[in-house]
Amino acid sequence: MIKWAVIVWILPLLSFFFVLIFNKKLPRGGDYFSLGTIFIGLFLSVKLFTEALLNGAQYSENWSFTWIPLGKYSIQFDLHFDIVTAVMFLVVTIVSSLVHLYSVGYMKGDPKYGRFFAYLSIFSFSMLGLVLSGSLIGLYIFWELVGLSSYLLIGFWHERHPPAEASKKAFITNRVGDVGMLLGILITFAILGDLNIHSIGEKVAAGKVSQSTLTLIGLLLFCGAVGKSAQFPLHVWLPDAMEGPTPVSALIHAATMVAAGVYLVARIFPLLTPEAGLIIAFVGGFTAFFAATIAIAQYDIKKVLAYSTVSQLGYMIMALGVGSYTAGLFHLTTHAFFKACLFLCSGSVIHAMHHSLHHIHSHADPQDMRNMGGMKKKMPITFWTMFIATIAISGVPFTSGFLSKDAILGGTLAYAMEHGGISWILVFFGFVTAGMTAFYMFRILFKTFYGEFRSGPKAEEVLHESPKTMTIPLILLAVLSFYLWFTLPNVNPFSTHGWYESYTITPEKAYEKTIIIHNQSNINLSNTFENQHQLKAKDEKQHSETFNSTHSNQQHSVHHSAHILAMISSLIVAGLGILISWLTFYKQTISSDKVKSSLGAFYQGMYNKWWIDEIYEGTVIQFTMLMTKISAWFDTYIIDGIVNGTAAITRVFSDGTGIFDNRIIDGLVNGLANTIGWFGKSIRKIQTGNIQRYLLSSSVVLGVVLLIIVVRTIFY
Amino acid sequence: MGVLTIITFFPLVGALVLLFIPKEQKNFIRWLTAATTFIPFLLATWLIFQYDGTKIGVNDPNSFQFVERYNWINAFNIQYYVGVDGISFPMLWLTTLLSFLCIFASWNIEKSVKGYMMLFLLLETGMVGTFIALDFFLFYVFWEIMLLPMYFLIGIWGGPRRIYAAIKFFLYTLAGSVLMLLVMIVLYQNVIDPKTGKHTFDMVLMMNQANHSEWLVKSGTFWGYGIRYVLWFALFIGFAIKVPIFPFHTWLPDAHVEAPTAISVILAGILLKMGTYGLLRINYAIFPDTSNYFCQFLAILGVINILYGAFCAMAQKDLKKLVAYSSISHMGYVLLGMSSLTVAGINGGVLQMFSHGVITAMLFLLVGVVYDRAHHREIQGFGGIGAVVPIYMGMTAIAFFASLGLPGMSGFIAEVLVFLGSYQTWPVYTMIAVFGIIITAAYLLWTIQRIFFGPLNEKYKDLPEINGRELFTLIPLAAITILVGVYPHPVLNIISGSLNHLIEVVKNPLISVATYGF
Repeated sequence: MIKWAVIVWILPLLSFFFVLIFNKKLPRGGDYFSLGTIFIGLFLSVKLFTEALLNGAQYSENWSFTWIPLGKYSIQFDLHFDIVTAVMFLVVTIVSSLVHLYSVGYMKGDPKYGRFFAYLSIFSFSMLGLVLSGSLIGLYIFWELVGLSSYLLIGFWHERHPPAEASKKAFITNRVGDVGMLLGILITFAILGDLNIHSIGEKVAAGKVSQSTLTLIGLLLFCGAVGKSAQFPLHVWLPDAMEGPTPVSALIHAATMVAAGVYLVARIFPLLTPEAGLIIAFVGGFTAFFAATIAIAQYDIKKVLAYSTVSQLGYMIMALGVGSYTAGLFHLTTHAFFKACLFLCSGSVIHAMHHSLHHIHSHADPQDMRNMGGMKKKMPITFWTMFIATIAISGVPFTSGFLSKDAILGGTLAYAMEHGGISWILVFFGFVTAGMTAFYMFRILFKTFYGEFRSGPKAEEVLHESPKTMTIPLILLAVLSFYLWFTLPNVNPFSTHGWYESYTITPEKAYEKTIIIHNQSNINLSNTFENQHQLKAKDEKQHSETFNSTHSNQQHSVHHSAHILAMISSLIVAGLGILISWLTFYKQTISSDKVKSSLGAFYQGMYNKWWIDEIYEGTVIQFTMLMTKISAWFDTYIIDGIVNGTAAITRVFSDGTGIFDNRIIDGLVNGLANTIGWFGKSIRKIQTGNIQRYLLSSSVVLGVVLLIIVVRTIFY
Repeated sequence: MGVLTIITFFPLVGALVLLFIPKEQKNFIRWLTAATTFIPFLLATWLIFQYDGTKIGVNDPNSFQFVERYNWINAFNIQYYVGVDGISFPMLWLTTLLSFLCIFASWNIEKSVKGYMMLFLLLETGMVGTFIALDFFLFYVFWEIMLLPMYFLIGIWGGPRRIYAAIKFFLYTLAGSVLMLLVMIVLYQNVIDPKTGKHTFDMVLMMNQANHSEWLVKSGTFWGYGIRYVLWFALFIGFAIKVPIFPFHTWLPDAHVEAPTAISVILAGILLKMGTYGLLRINYAIFPDTSNYFCQFLAILGVINILYGAFCAMAQKDLKKLVAYSSISHMGYVLLGMSSLTVAGINGGVLQMFSHGVITAMLFLLVGVVYDRAHHREIQGFGGIGAVVPIYMGMTAIAFFASLGLPGMSGFIAEVLVFLGSYQTWPVYTMIAVFGIIITAAYLLWTIQRIFFGPLNEKYKDLPEINGRELFTLIPLAAITILVGVYPHPVLNIISGSLNHLIEVVKNPLISVATYGF
């Protein structure tokens, strides 16, 4: 079966090379190669997915071969296929193929039309490779390659400055996270000599890594996710990445690539210690909240969606941090569809706006919601699909988003109930963000589709619905935002029970296994640190055994009550968000201007994205530039100064020797002086750059040396 | 006469033939030189298939391959002794390849083509000879042979400040050679061939510390320092200048900026590697104990090279100077890898030598392409030319991404191996060095942005696209980078045996540093 997965994975690579090289010579830029390969991929992924389901939840398949032979040992290239991979394959190929289709309409007439499809293909290849990788090094490779595709596609219209700037920013910001990930890989390799995720887990379970090191490794690997999934404080690249064509934003910067960080955390889930989990949860929770505050105050329709993506990714990360593995992955899956739908809808709106504004020769921003309004009548398909996706992300029942968000909130609430203390802050983040999400998503809907069209009647006349290649993907994605697809065979819209939940089983934490193994291997105890650790572990084990039966029951009921509570609360919160949004932007009984002015500096912060970019500009970037300047100065004036200074001194000295030779020695010993004088002159001439002199002098040196050798050989 | 000898001296013979061709026949001279460099390349390529990766070489006289050995100067037991192992063979092949491609990169040279080509061929003989020589005296002779044509090639065919650059290069390298010469003589005096009982220049015999004299092993001092440290250090400086290692590097940017394109390619692609090659072949193998002692020092210098080179590169306004500083940065990975004395580290380091040779050759060729058209190299002076020359932009992007260590290209495997290995030995230094990958990405992407992106600079709206001849020089290199990046077996199978043995030699030296205070 994994062979089929490899075919799905490799096909887009072939189309990448083919389309990239021949796109100028092919009709339609060769887009049908990209479309063909991804649709074949989609077909095969469905087949793989159903087969994986038939094989049961425990199904997994591995394939590894020697990639870097080093003589003594070698580094393997591992592929791993299980249910999660199958689901990811399906998500990636569905969104990717729909985006391919959408792009046929959206990118029509672009001079680099063919190349766009080539880049989409290399992205699909890299993303599928990422989810198929079974080792940390494999993940890292495709991690970088999706980064490359992202760079190419953000900067697709690099003739303008902002996309060029944004693409560079995206790549470099991601590299910052990647350094952490790489360090995590290096530490793992240094300790375990292994990079296969599965066998790392086994070695950790065998107690080869101390808990504190494991925390460090987990957090370092998580740094990669912070970069790729745009978590605070490395989120800054994602909003700028919206400079790329909108289909790209939908595919890469909403549905799939940015979710790679979440996928990474899910893959290393067994390695995460409670401490690492808590920090990860806090990063995710804070990002969710923080990005939502910014999303509320943006006017660029894509920027709002971008911050909303950051916020939703924060949710997923938080879920994994608190141990709700299934909830995190579930939200990843559902979010991929409705967020791709939202982006493609916004693309449809922008596409229409662009034509209208172009028609009236206006240079107004086609992405600014202040120029939109009342577009519902002219663009009904776009409106209705966007409406469905909006209620999905807001968490309205009967949508997939309702279920997945509720799973996260329930998981967080249960975690807080169990752990208490600061973990309640996570609950706060979760619910407040849910309310804000509903608020700003409906804000988009009201500002774009309701009220008066704000760019004048002339522009409104030419507004039109997008072509079929664009609307069909919208409809399909909207349909996929329906809850039923994820809960079958269950039909209860208020329960997450279904195939997704029963097939994505939370993996066991490797360090928990350690405790058991340590307990079983009854080694003679001495006072070393290691053994104390074991003793402690033994205590814990006994503790857990005693309370085993009651505890698990309790845990179950905690989870159950948490979920019911979370569901009710999230419904209330989302309802409130929608209501306030409706009052503010539809009814306008709440004046948004008044709210803005009463918020004061807080609103300024939201509007200016909390000045994070400015802070980085003032600190990190300034520091780097300073370092480059210092280095260059040091190189030119100090090091090269010493080099040139030495040359100058030698020159003066040789001139002096020349004079000395000519005047003084010459005067004293006439016969000998002639020879030495010639020698002095010749040294002086070294500085004139005459090569023959150099050769002469170096051969003289060589000659003298040979002479010494001869003399010594004779004497011995 | 064996294959290695033919590879080495075929270019020299070609140079002699060129003597008899009238200098007006420029195209004939070019084609003849191309043909002359093609033969060694073909032979070296053929040798890949003859090469036996299980034979380790290094310090075992019986497992060097394609060995040729003749007495040369009997009075001093100087031999013509050549052979290859895993350390030298990839560099030998790369030398023949780059020499061949560089003839095409020199096609535009109009100023006394005959002289240029003759010197170039002489240079190739010197380079190949340096990599295959197993007799120290022979090594030294080849090493010096390289200097002469290099000096002229920069000094005559170079840019405006060529005289300054050429002298700087020459004096610096000569200073290094003098040190090497002294060490060579001391070694000659203190190494005895056990069979004949005579002094010898045989490097493989020098690598067996049992052949070292009492003085060299124990009692020798120089200004109060143990002689082994002094000799190691003298050699080290000689090679450090060539690598170049901070702070001996300032000749490199000057030489690169002034040298014609093909010479920059050779300089960065091959000559720099001779520094690290010398460290491995001579410092590591002849003084394993001392190398073991100093490897932390090498690691620190490696980290400095990586970061300092990258920062300096970022500050450059001249594209060629930027590439030159990036070479300094990338050679730091070689040092870091070889200093780790781990399997991954040293294999990564030597792979980096090969990989950087290919990638930096591409970079310099690409700089040459744009310089030929725009007649300047100011990064800020372009802007938006990606719209006019998309193929050129594509090739540059491949080279730049290879240089910043994108997976799927050889640089990635080399750098990751270096880091994997060096972390095991030097965790702290590695943690610092890893930040180099951010700065590298920053300066390379910033450069791409400034040259190719943004609105088109109207001055260059008619910039001609890269031509077929130029693509012919670039595509093989791009193909090698990608091939090795995806499937590194061909290179690693050649180098790993020898290198794994070399680290064993260094880690378990016959004589211990402890017998000898510093």
